[in-house]
Amino acid sequence: MPSATPANTLPLAPLMLLFAGAVLTIAPHALWLPWWVDGVAGGLLVWRFGLAVRGGALPARWLLALVTAVAAVGVYLSYRTIMGRDAGVTLIVLLLSLKLLESRSRRDIFIAAFLVYFVALAGFFYSQSMQTAGWMLVTVLINTAALVGFSAPARPIADNLNTAGRMLIEAGPVMLLLFFLFPRVQGPLWGLPQDAYSGITGLSDTMSPGSISQLSTSDAIAFRVKFHGAAPPRNRLYWRGPVLSEFDGKTWRAGFPRLHRESLLEVRGAPIDYEVTLEPHNRNWLFTLEMPGRIPPNARETSDYLVLSLPPVRSRIRYEARSYLDYRATAGADARDLALELRLPRDSNPRARALAGEWRQSLGNDAAIVGKGIDFFRASRFEYTLLPPLLGTNSVDEFLFDTKQGFCEHFAASFVFLMRAAGIPARVVTGYQGGDMNPVDDYMVVRQADAHAWAEVWLSQDGWTRVDPTAAAFPIRVESGVAAAARGAAALPLLLRTNIDWLKALRNNWEALANKWNQWVLGYNPDRQREILSWLGVQQPSWQTMAMMLFWSVAGVLLLIALWLLRGIRRVDPVQGAWLRFCQKLARAGLARDGAEGPLDYAGRLARRLPGRAPAVRAIVQLYVELRYGSRGERHSLARLKQLVRQFKP
Amino acid sequence: MKLDRVLQYSQAYNFYQWVRKRHAPEPGVVFLSQRRVYILPTRPGITFGCVLVLMLVGSINYSLSLGYILTFLLGGMGVVSILHTFRNLAHLYVSAGRVAPIFAGDSAHFELFLESRSDFDRHSLDLRCRGATVTCDVPARRISAVLVPLVAERRGWLQLERITVETRFPLGLMRAWSYVQPDMRALVYPRPDSSSLPMTVPVPDAGEVFSAGAGTDDFAGLRPYQASDSPRHIAWKASARNESLLTKFFAGQAAAELWFDWEQLPPDMNTEARLSRLARWVLLAEDQGLRYGLKLPDAGVPLGGGSAQRDRCLRELALFRVPEVDGRHIHA
Repeated sequence: MPSATPANTLPLAPLMLLFAGAVLTIAPHALWLPWWVDGVAGGLLVWRFGLAVRGGALPARWLLALVTAVAAVGVYLSYRTIMGRDAGVTLIVLLLSLKLLESRSRRDIFIAAFLVYFVALAGFFYSQSMQTAGWMLVTVLINTAALVGFSAPARPIADNLNTAGRMLIEAGPVMLLLFFLFPRVQGPLWGLPQDAYSGITGLSDTMSPGSISQLSTSDAIAFRVKFHGAAPPRNRLYWRGPVLSEFDGKTWRAGFPRLHRESLLEVRGAPIDYEVTLEPHNRNWLFTLEMPGRIPPNARETSDYLVLSLPPVRSRIRYEARSYLDYRATAGADARDLALELRLPRDSNPRARALAGEWRQSLGNDAAIVGKGIDFFRASRFEYTLLPPLLGTNSVDEFLFDTKQGFCEHFAASFVFLMRAAGIPARVVTGYQGGDMNPVDDYMVVRQADAHAWAEVWLSQDGWTRVDPTAAAFPIRVESGVAAAARGAAALPLLLRTNIDWLKALRNNWEALANKWNQWVLGYNPDRQREILSWLGVQQPSWQTMAMMLFWSVAGVLLLIALWLLRGIRRVDPVQGAWLRFCQKLARAGLARDGAEGPLDYAGRLARRLPGRAPAVRAIVQLYVELRYGSRGERHSLARLKQLVRQFKP
Repeated sequence: MKLDRVLQYSQAYNFYQWVRKRHAPEPGVVFLSQRRVYILPTRPGITFGCVLVLMLVGSINYSLSLGYILTFLLGGMGVVSILHTFRNLAHLYVSAGRVAPIFAGDSAHFELFLESRSDFDRHSLDLRCRGATVTCDVPARRISAVLVPLVAERRGWLQLERITVETRFPLGLMRAWSYVQPDMRALVYPRPDSSSLPMTVPVPDAGEVFSAGAGTDDFAGLRPYQASDSPRHIAWKASARNESLLTKFFAGQAAAELWFDWEQLPPDMNTEARLSRLARWVLLAEDQGLRYGLKLPDAGVPLGGGSAQRDRCLRELALFRVPEVDGRHIHA
């Protein structure tokens, strides 16, 4: 039984678990890590694994130092820094593999296991989905089981996993309390590295042919909307994004944003109130229905009715907004502003200019020209496709008169071109059009595939007026969505095209679940914390109140866990318990057992003193002796003993 | 008065009592109540805490909701591990088992019984005693026996020293420990030297004259001279050739009776050397199946044979002039 563990051989089973934990925690990173890091980390793990299985000597210190130095230089060469987020995570991944390679003592093992936890945390930089959470939970379970294994080397792996799992379950209530009550601070505490928010997709503030159709192939969610009343019909759901006024012949760009001084919006009709949960897109704009009447606090509105958040949207945020579908928008309409909305590159697209000039000459009225333009789009046989042919320098001409195949950006851009050429101030508005109501949780889901571009023209009576040439040419685009309208829809994601009901239901349920996850787990921020606390009746708590709540609730939960854990620590033998109750009954009747008196002697004495009770006493004592000292104890005889003792009256 | 009662229930007070007092051994079954189980984080435990703080700061800085969850989950697990480590040790019953007599210089193996009357298994309990560590598991409602080695430096009684029972199960982040000193002592015989059996002179009142493994009847060979050998048996001629003194060695057939007499040993030998010599002779005589007796200045063992005779003689030698305090032989 005495066992001594030699100093530098580690038990194999927990070591394997630790390897598994390391592989699981590194695996999600392998997708974005530089290829050579994957190779090095994998190689080091395989090397150590081989040494553990075959029992070879660990590599010498100088070799490890060399590998470490080479790895650090490699990271520097790959990222040109070792300070950024990605470079930092890469370094930690390499450090973990190296630590495992040199692990020879308990101390090393702890460091390696803690690094595994740390790399798991770093995984959340890149994804915080439910799948990632599940993956990391498994990683933590296995890594914890490895720690258990190192403190009890002889135990089977299954037992260690069991212990680790139980500990994680017991830690659950503490985790929940801390999660909901720990005072939340809106990060960051200090400046984040430059690369912290790379790789986020969404609309941009420029538009060139192809930029929106590229988005249309993504069914990633752009934002979710909860309407406080009935949702407006689909063809009126124009979610306003960046407004593009500058055109260089190929690309449309947003002008410099100018903030509203006063609200220049006359509204009619009932307001629409809603809450938007916006996915991070690393830009400042917040999408609202046209036109926003009341914007969220901490946001600003530009003179072209775009709502901006002050910091870029780098984490999922929620905001409340109110919009009016019927309006007269007159902001940004000074003579100078309007002149900007008329500029076109010189000498480009002569055919389009000629057409516009013709309209201007034949129809003096701006509104009539706009109507003529819409008619033109309705009458020409355009084709709506995700895969339009490439266009040359005179892109508007080629699209309008030659290829006649395009996507919303082509329609919007050429319509605005025609209007400007006809002398009507016009601009391109990008954003999203439509949205799918998820019947499971009544959230409307707006996807990247709903990205859209339309036009806005200035009419002196009506102000800025929306014209959607795509809708004119293809009403089905705004009635039913892009999948119904577009040819070449094979490029769209499967789930956007599908009509299979159960697949849709599955998707709706999954997305509703993901939405719950977003709202309650990922979107849990200082605001939501205040909301929850006010539900609990705590209004505007100070941090001292929060700390006390946290302390006492955690203490209470820990007390319960302690009671649960320690419930079996002092087990009274049921046989002995029944016997003691029997003796107590007799002691109250004045027939206490002598300290040295055995049960059989006692039974003899009792039989003499209480002849009427002799059979009961004999039965109890016999059962007791059999259970306590006999070779076989049976369940039912214990129950019988208890019953006899309960019924016994001296 | 009241304060005293309160203090007695505090962990710190108990710890202080243990450290300050040279506590007496505890007889019977020692119950490791919660008040004598102490628990503190280990060095990895402190590191773990620092890692958690780092993870929390990272989660705040990057607004990682899942980062909060992971950090709090691990934090909760660390706290729960305190309870697990505590329960792995608390309410353990420690009782003394046997310990076989040993010779000075060897390790005595004190047998301890660890009993768990609880519903759960206990793992990786380390028993530490003066540098030596043994590990054992105690399943639910079972008794485990464990042998704690302790080197005996001198003959006499070897009292079991204070044992630290400790555990780091399950995560190694916490260390729970308790001190026990069951009342247990091992008999330590004098360390036998490497001499051979003496050429014992016949003792008139010993009846039958000795001889067996070593007698005077038949010449059986030569062996190196020892201080106790009779000068009459020195092989002078052979010694001259060999540069060291040799003694003639005789074997006899008759059942031998040997008296090992303190007084017969050379006067320049000190007490411990004499006891070592006598212990050696007792072992040799027993090996060869002789009958032998022991004469010490204030004690003696009559003639006899067999392992009981050997144990009795060795015990007399072990306890020869060992001071007795409080009715107990104290290992000096």
